[in-house]
Parts: sequence; C-alpha cells; structure tokens
Amino acid sequence: MTSFRFDTGGLIDRSSVIDFSFDGRTLTGHGGDTLASALLANGQLLMGRSFKYHRPRSVITAGAAEPNALMEIGEGGRLEPNTRATMQEIYDGLVAKSQNRWPTLDRDFGAINSIASSLFVAGFYYKTFMWPKKFWEAIYEPIIRRAAGLGHLSHEDDPDRYEKAYAHCDVLVVGSGPTGLMAALSAARSGASVILADEHASCGGSLLREREEIAGQPGHEWAAGTLAELAAMSNVTIMARTTVIGAYDQGVFGALERVQKHVAVPDHDVPVEKLWRIVAKACVMATGAEERPIVFGGNDRPGVMTASAMRAYANQYAVAAGRSACVFTASDSGYRTARDMKAHGVHVEAIIDARSDAPEIDTDGVPVLTGAVVTNVDGGKHAMKAIEIDRGSGHETIPCQSLAMSGGWSPVVHLACHQGARPSWDEDAYCFMPPLNNPAIIPAGSANAVWSLSKCLADGAARGEQAAKLAGFKTRKTPVPKAKDETSHTSAPVWWVKQSTGKPFVDYQNDVTAKDLPLAAREGYDHIELAKRYTTSGMATDQGKLGNVNAIGILADATGKDMHEIGTTTFRPFYTPVSFGALGGQHVDAHFRPVRMSPLHNWAADLGAEFVETGLWYRSSWFPRDGDDWLAAMTREVLNTRAHVGLCDVSTLGKIDIKGKDATEFINRLYSNAFAKLPVGKARYGLMLREDGFVGDDGTTSRLSENHYFMTTTTGHAAETMRDIEFAHQALWPELDVQYASVTDQWAQMAIAGPKARDVLAKIVDTDLSNDAFGFLAAKQVRVLGSIPAMLFRISFSGELAYELAVPAGYGEAVANAIMHAGEPYGIGPYGLEALSAMRIEKGFVTHNEINGRVTAGDVGMGRMLSKKKDYIGRMMSERDGLDDPDREQLVGVKPLNPANRFRAGSHLVNLGDKPSLKTDQGYVSSVAYSPMLESWVGLAMLKHGRERHGQKVMLWDGLRDVYMEAEVCDPVFFDPAQEKAHG
Amino acid sequence: MAYLINCPYCGPRTTDEFYIKGDASKQRPDTIGDGTLDTWHDYVHIRENVRGRMAEHWHHTGGCRQWLVVERDTVSHEIYAVTPASTWATSRKGSSTAARKKPARKTAARKATGRKTGGRAKT
Ligand SMILES: [Zn+2]
Repeated sequence: MTSFRFDTGGLIDRSSVIDFSFDGRTLTGHGGDTLASALLANGQLLMGRSFKYHRPRSVITAGAAEPNALMEIGEGGRLEPNTRATMQEIYDGLVAKSQNRWPTLDRDFGAINSIASSLFVAGFYYKTFMWPKKFWEAIYEPIIRRAAGLGHLSHEDDPDRYEKAYAHCDVLVVGSGPTGLMAALSAARSGASVILADEHASCGGSLLREREEIAGQPGHEWAAGTLAELAAMSNVTIMARTTVIGAYDQGVFGALERVQKHVAVPDHDVPVEKLWRIVAKACVMATGAEERPIVFGGNDRPGVMTASAMRAYANQYAVAAGRSACVFTASDSGYRTARDMKAHGVHVEAIIDARSDAPEIDTDGVPVLTGAVVTNVDGGKHAMKAIEIDRGSGHETIPCQSLAMSGGWSPVVHLACHQGARPSWDEDAYCFMPPLNNPAIIPAGSANAVWSLSKCLADGAARGEQAAKLAGFKTRKTPVPKAKDETSHTSAPVWWVKQSTGKPFVDYQNDVTAKDLPLAAREGYDHIELAKRYTTSGMATDQGKLGNVNAIGILADATGKDMHEIGTTTFRPFYTPVSFGALGGQHVDAHFRPVRMSPLHNWAADLGAEFVETGLWYRSSWFPRDGDDWLAAMTREVLNTRAHVGLCDVSTLGKIDIKGKDATEFINRLYSNAFAKLPVGKARYGLMLREDGFVGDDGTTSRLSENHYFMTTTTGHAAETMRDIEFAHQALWPELDVQYASVTDQWAQMAIAGPKARDVLAKIVDTDLSNDAFGFLAAKQVRVLGSIPAMLFRISFSGELAYELAVPAGYGEAVANAIMHAGEPYGIGPYGLEALSAMRIEKGFVTHNEINGRVTAGDVGMGRMLSKKKDYIGRMMSERDGLDDPDREQLVGVKPLNPANRFRAGSHLVNLGDKPSLKTDQGYVSSVAYSPMLESWVGLAMLKHGRERHGQKVMLWDGLRDVYMEAEVCDPVFFDPAQEKAHG
Repeated sequence: MAYLINCPYCGPRTTDEFYIKGDASKQRPDTIGDGTLDTWHDYVHIRENVRGRMAEHWHHTGGCRQWLVVERDTVSHEIYAVTPASTWATSRKGSSTAARKKPARKTAARKATGRKTGGRAKT
C-alpha cells in the first residue's frame, strides 16, 4: 500500500467525490480521475495479473498503450472486458473487476506458472500441444482456454444503443497536445472546417501532464484558452473522448467516440459509442510519441512505470506509486521526472543513467549514476522495496517504492501506416519515422520526432497551414506563442539489460521476455513477422504499442542486423480495440435483418397461420386447426385444394415490370426458351441460364400488351435476377429501348387453385373465365370487385385448375378476404408454403432445391427448351461438352418402399449393396414431402442416368442420421402426369 | 470502412451502397457472329489478377441501381474514373466493330497496369 494522493495539486476536482468499486471494495475518487489514478490514490497498486505467468501487475502507462491494467467494467449486459484502467473515467457506481486471476487478485493459483516458467518459452504452445491429435479437443484446448483469462464476456444482451455516423471536414487534426492545438488554430484561421479529435476526456495532451509554460502561463491554462478560442469558431468541431482508429483510402478516417462510457446509466436516447467515418481533405497527425520502457529484470513489478507516466500521474492526477522513487533512463525524460517528483515531495533516491556519456542535465540535486543499469526489482504484489543496480562493479541495492524508466521515444505512426506503408528507422533520431506516402496525412510534432515544446508549437502551426493549403485555403502565418525549452538530447537506445538477474519483459501483456526473441531467431523464426507470431510479442490487445520497438532492437542484436533490416510488423487498423457494439452500430435485430412481410400477412395471421422465415420474408407455412401439427394441417390443405379450392399467398415472388419498344427482344435474350412470338394475353414459363450455361432462375412472364411484360422470378433469387437484368441491359445491350422496375412490393399476389377455382373467381372478376375465353396460360389485366385494377394469370404451380391474381398491395387483404367469402360455398380453405411445396413435388416442378447452381437444363429435363435460334444469356456455354454428358445426374422421383418411411432432403443415393462413398455416390435427394395424394413420402432427386432408371431400386443414405432406406426410382411427376386438371 | 465512389448519377457515396461484379475489360462475344467456345471460355472464366489500374463493374444497388464501370488502382485504391456501364459498353461496341477482324485486343486494364512503388522520403 505505497501509492497515494498528494494533498494538493493536480487537475482533478477535489470537491467532487465519486464512489466506485473495485473487486467488490468501495473506493472513492475525484472528478477528472481515471480508474487507474483513482486506484493509485486508494493505495491499490496491484491491478491485474499477467497472461501467462500470472505475475502481479500495475499500470505501466497513463494512456492508450496500457498493457497491464485491464479491467472488466460494468455488470450484466453492460459488462465490458479488457478495458484499460488508464482510459476509463470513473463515475458514481462504476463497478470494476480485475482479470486473469483465480480465485482472487491477491491469491492467484495461476501464479504457479511463474515457477514453471522454463516450460513457457517461446513457441511453447507449438512445441507442447502437438500430439496425440485427440488430446486437442479433450485436454489441451480446455486448459488453454481457461488459462487465457483476459476477461469474461457477458452472455446477456447489451442494453445500450450504438450508432454509426458520418462527418466531413477540410482538415482533421488528430491529437490535441501543443502541436494539435496549434495545427487546429492555424488551419481554422484560414477558414477551413476543422475537426479536432482527442482520445482523452480532456483535450490538451501533454500540456495537462507536464509542468511547462507557454506564453507565460501554465501549459494547461494556455491549452484551455486555446480550446475556448477554437470552440468559439463556427468552423471548428472539437471531439474529445474520440480515438481516430484508422486511416483509409480517399481521406476516410475511422473514429470511435465514447459518448457515454463515463456515466452510470446511459441516456437511452443517446448512443453509448459512436463509430464515425470522417472524410477529410487533409489530416494533421499530431498523435504524439510513446515513451519506450527499458527491458530489465523485474521491469514489470508494480511500482515500475514509464517516466512520462509517473509525471502524468503526479502532475495531472496528483498521485504517486510510492513515497520514494528512482529513475532508470537512457533519455532526458527521466531527469524531468526526477525534478517533477521532487517538486511534489516524493523522495527521489537516484537517477540511474544507462549512458556512460550522459549529458549534463539539471537534476535539482538528485544524484546521478551514469553508465549504470537496473538488473532486478525487489518487491511484492502491493509494494516495491528496492532495486538492484549494476555499475560495472557488482550488484548494489537502492531501496525505493517506485521506479520511472525511459528508453527514449517512439512517434505514434499508426495512422500514417494504415494504408500499407511502413515506417523507417532513423539513425539520428533513434526511432521509427512515419512514412510520407500519403501527402494528405501530415505527421506533426513529436509524431514526427520534433521533441521540444517550442518546436512542436511552431511545427503544429506550420503543418496546420500546410493542411489547409492542401484543402484549398489561403493561409496566413499564425503567430506561435513562446515557450521555454528544456535541453533535449537524443541518445542511442538501450534495448535490454543483459546483466538482468530478474525476468526482463518485452511484451507485458503476453509475458514475452528478452530471452524469447533470440530463441525464436535461433530456431529459425528471425523474420519480424514470424518472431511476432512465434513468441506472441505484440499480439495482445495492446498490439505491442510499448514493446514492439524494443523487440525489434533485441532481434536486431540477436541476428546482427540493423533496425532497418528487421523493420516493423504491419500496422493495421484499429489503433485501439473497438467494441463489437460500435461496429454493429444501429444494425442490430430487425435493423440488421429486416423482416419482410407480405401484403397478405395479416390475412394469413387472422386465419391462424404459422409463419416460416425464408430469407427476410415471413411466409405463411400452414394453417393449423384444432391444434393439429404441420403434417396434419398440410395434408388437410392439400386434400381440400385438390378436391375443392384453396387460396395461397404467393406475393413473395419477384415481380418485374418490363416495357419498351425492344422489350420483346430483351426478354427473348434473357430466357433460354423462345419468347419472341409470345402472343399478347399469354403467359409462358421461362428458364434463365447464367452466362456459364447452368440454370440460374425460372419463372413466368406474361405479355400484357404489345410492349408491356410482367415477369415473375423465384422468391429467393428475386434481387439477384433484377440485378442481372439491369446488367444485361446497361452493360451488354444498352442499345435496346427497354425500361424495367422491380414491383415485388407493389403487388399482392395470390394463387387460387382447385377444381372450383373458376367458380370462385367468377364471382369477383369482371371477365369471362371460360376455357375458350381464358384458357391455360392466359394473362390479362382485369378488374376485381368492380373497380380494383388487377392482373390475372392462368398458371398453376399445384397442377390444379389454377389462377394467380395480382392486385395493388394495399388491396391485397381486402381481395383475399373477398375471395374467401366468395369461396365459402365451395369449401375454400387457405393453404401455406408446406402444402404448396407438397403439391409442386407431387407435380415434379423444380425450385432452387433442384436448380441449385450445379444443374443444367438437361439435368432437370428441360434440355429441349433451349433455343437454337437465338442468342441469349448462357447460350454458348450451355453447349459445352460435358454439360450434356449422359453420366450427369438427372431429375427423378424417389419413393421409399415403405410409404410411411420419412426421409430427408440431402440424403444420398447409392446402388443396392454399395457402401456410401464419393466413388459409389449416385446422386442426392433435393426435395422431400409427404404426398397426401399418394399417401406416401416422396422426393425429387438428382440421379446419375436417372431417366433410364425409372423402376429401379436404390439405397437412400442419410449420413447425418445414419439412416439407410430402400427406395424406388420413378418419374418426377407423381400426380396427374397428363396435366388434365390444370387444363380443365 | 472503405473509400468513396463518385456515382455519375448520385455523387460521392460509400462503397457500402455498391455491389461489385468484377473485371469490366471483357466484352461479351457475339454468339451468333464470331463467338466461339474459346472466346466464350475467355469471357466467362479467365480473369487477370491485376496489380494496378483496373476497370470493374460496380452496381449502385443502394442508390440509383445503375451499373457503373469504376476504373481504380487495385494497390493504392485511387479511383481514376467512374462511367455509366451503358456509355462504356456503347463506346466499346463501336471500337470493336471497327476492329472486328483484328486479333483479340489486350484489355485497357492490362495495358495500363503499372506498379506503384511505396517509397518514402526520409524526413
Ligand atoms: Zn448512383
């Protein structure tokens, strides 16, 4: 319990007291605290356990790169794992839990892994969990899964709303530190519209965290003034709590705004997170730089953190990890930390500077040990006790409660790299520089290795002007305020301390040590991308923001290559993790998968229909009566329709209205069978091929007048067929004078089928329905109920005397009700999709169960329909050798020897006596129904040489259910093969 | 998250609204005229894996429902031109009629294929 809050100072609001809980304990913090700073203020240094060794961990950073202090935040459906305590603002009632520990953070059994750590070397998973194969599922995977703690998911629905949003601007400024503020100011003064985004709750960046002055004011006050000036400009939008997570083509940037992640109960009218797409003409990347840790023994112990993080906790949040501190540095940053901590009253024991030629820097009286390194850290879960150092003359111990480390700085280059370019190592600045491939992404300030405050202010102003110019604005020089600079030296980095006696960690979250990388190189995984995956360095949720550059340095050392040769791994969006909620946005439930309801939905629902989802549609499936099941209901519906008359909703069919001088020619090129001579007033079945010669879709098309056609497609392929038709006209034959529109939703369509269909319809339709006047395949625009415009077709998908009647969607329900009323004396009943399917299978009509993309017209017995007299989609390729191979599977009917034996679509067919295998396979069952007319289960199947095999017996094999069943092959038309009923 | 397509009818719209069909360099052979199984095989099945400039058919499904030819760079994703597919088809029909007896022409996309290098200037 060494961490504590200073009595004074910081940018927190001490007047506001906030209660929150951590692992069940109620703690308090202040407004302006992050969870991390509030925990430190409460003496809670221990914040988590590491992934592999379950080592006790505390914060290393005060920002987005934090690898250790990951928490579960919230409860129930709001629970969110792997939240960085350094980024989470506290609020009243916040519930936080530590992760990756069992049973408690304090007493964790997994820590035993640390003792057995020699087993957990690089490539451990690859080397250990190899064999026997069956151990994978039963033993290895459960062990790995339980060990892979990293938080839990809630299995409850997330009650909150998320949203996707768009924004457009001339200049996007990412980061609101001194560079970003000046860039926003200079761009905005040119008149450009500016969005200034910052991932933190408060803008100001390093100015909130350092004790620096600008224009004679404390930095944070200057920042507040500048932000106020920006906020007052109508062309500036300031977006705090917004992380720009990715840079994409054409100036598109992704950004995640955490709108309500800092409140106890979100307002349901406002999203909790917004995923922005920001389109900008230019972007100033003022993303700053990440301080590199040093890799030395015990560098993960609670109490060790980066030098800049220690300053941030002290200056912004008025907290410290301990009453005393040491600094281990290879850069000037450590000196600044020593001075700041001393100013806050923390006793600074010594600065250990790894550089033997360390420059003379003001230490405010703190002793400096040059050419020295830290080799181990002595401490427990809750407190650091001492550090072990080496000055070249054996180990010495310095007692202290905290340790700041600084291995130099790495520009945050991610956004400049997201489009594929890689950063390159700069020998003078000792860091990876952002690539400049995209002139519209302009790195500025420390993101471009500009280190001092005054230079960052000037660079920000200049880059802001550059961006505004690029966006087409005239700029004037923005005056740059004065700042007092400290000396800044660049020095060769110290990648790792070879004399370490404790474990030196490179990747904290995945527990990768300095020894793992040379091992990976020795075992052949010396390419940085391979080493990353072999050691898992850089593969955790922080994606190696802290450790990657050290890893590259260590690998360079181990392989004798230079930094540039090793290079970095690929930078991919997102910069920081994005919740699935935000990615889904408002597209959840019915907004993700909208429900399409037929205009006759209510008609069917009123009659008690059960509905089934087909694609997005809800279709009436059967109409139960007296609690009968689907089979009984379907049987009743079929028998009633075939004996009397039935009404079925077929509104889901795709409907396309086609008009124009060349409509006939166009339709003739779409269908494989002849359409050129279809008379006005007639419908025809049409088969569409794909350009590769296989069957694409089918339907009927009716010629309503000379240049006016009404086409129907299958329900499932309606959208695709419409798109294909648009393509055929626009991209293939634009010279044709033809217009088309999808009218699927404009018409309610119903089938009236059965021997009494004519009698029923005659009561509501104003036209002569006699066979002479309106014979089989007639089509006509008519009026129903006196005045409602309608289309009537004499087509039959049931094999009965049948009509399809289309009326404007809004009239659908009324017309269906009228038909039911008119049909009452004739025994009319509704029938659903189940009965429709059973009747079409009885008739051997194909659907997409059969025309599944792999069958030809010949396969389904329609080879003779293919016209030889015209060009049409798929004509040439349908004539390829092989597509009429007699060995192909052909459409047949199958009946089990025992009619009561139900079998399933998907079953395979083999010859009697053969064992099912790829080699012996003879085909498969495509559709199955119970046939009320045959009182037998029947199916359609695709069978090799099928048409020659009617009457033969085959074995049906259902591999999923392990069912073998003998069946007889037959003609696919089970019922009324002479088509007498339909023509009646 | 991807780029914007400047639809000639609707203006700049996100790719979410579009459906992509692919290579637009191929021209449908004339079945009745000079189409042979070989030219059809090429039209239906053979596609270049273009690195660089490529013309593709895109459909503005969530907008005007027009088929467009988008000429873009498959490496940098830069979009050079967006043309209505009908205009594209009409102009090519004209040129192919003129060049009917010439051997199969190389596609515009293939000719224009240029490799963009990802060099960076040192700062
Ligand atoms: Zn459009």
